[in-house]
Amino acid sequence: MRELSLHLLDIVQNSIAAAADLIEIEIMEDFKSDRLSIKVTDNGRGMSRSVLQSVIDPFFTTRKTRSVGLGLSLFAQSAQRSGGDLVIRSKEGVGTEVEAVFQYSHIDRPPMGDLQGTLLTLIVLNPTIDLVYRHNYDGRDFVIDTREIKRELDGIPINQGQVVSWMQDFIQEGLAQLRGGRVE
Amino acid sequence: MKSLEELRRLRETLQQDMLARNGDGNPRIIVGMGTCGIAAGAREVMQAIMQQVRERNITVTISQTGCIGMCEKEPLMDVQLPGKGRITYGHVTPKDVESIIVQHVINGQIVEDLVVARLEEGEGQ
Repeated sequence: MRELSLHLLDIVQNSIAAAADLIEIEIMEDFKSDRLSIKVTDNGRGMSRSVLQSVIDPFFTTRKTRSVGLGLSLFAQSAQRSGGDLVIRSKEGVGTEVEAVFQYSHIDRPPMGDLQGTLLTLIVLNPTIDLVYRHNYDGRDFVIDTREIKRELDGIPINQGQVVSWMQDFIQEGLAQLRGGRVE
Repeated sequence: MKSLEELRRLRETLQQDMLARNGDGNPRIIVGMGTCGIAAGAREVMQAIMQQVRERNITVTISQTGCIGMCEKEPLMDVQLPGKGRITYGHVTPKDVESIIVQHVINGQIVEDLVVARLEEGEGQ
């Protein structure tokens, strides 16, 4: 994976496969501690202790279509070669939390990439799942909560074309402001 | 900056529009979102689909699937028109999406060069 935002898109697929209906993504870019963390928390079915112990193994998967499960192992490798690590906490029937930590300035840390594309893809393809995205950049926050958007939409599908356009601009502007960039 | 107030105004417009459109019987587009699909460019394909849908103002149902075991042919994009079989396109690039949308989704003609699998209606559904 060439971008962290692609890893994020991939890791959230595990939450979707685990039948989560609330997925929370938290990104923290902290320059003081030279630390970047990406955390995904879901209320899906969770994992047993034995599955949890094997889940980083690329030759472990619960799926039947092929005998490898690369998503988490690739994400873990990416964190580990960037001076960080990946931690998974899970409880059956409660949910799972995956947190990857990177040394921000590490030369091998992949770029964040197209977060807007990842978020829109997740929201458009999974309109029934609630997604909360919190991004803290050097003390500044950007939050998008699809529960709030759905309340405002009052029955209009969140993946309706014009709503997607609104969200695209909202996310683009929010992320640009977060980074102190100018918004036209 | 985009605001929730703007979203509320958009809702009023869309509620009128929804009355005129029937969600049943829409063409279906399915994108492979397994690790293999994402690594091969599924997100960029998905963004191209969203752009085409908006630009051409067409109504489709877009959904995702996981890895179906055809990793080497990712990114995969399936199209199923109402009452027709499901066509799987492989090695799809964002540039291919326009042809698939215009030729297949809008005009009903399969883009044969990009087909990697076919599922007849009712088969494996």
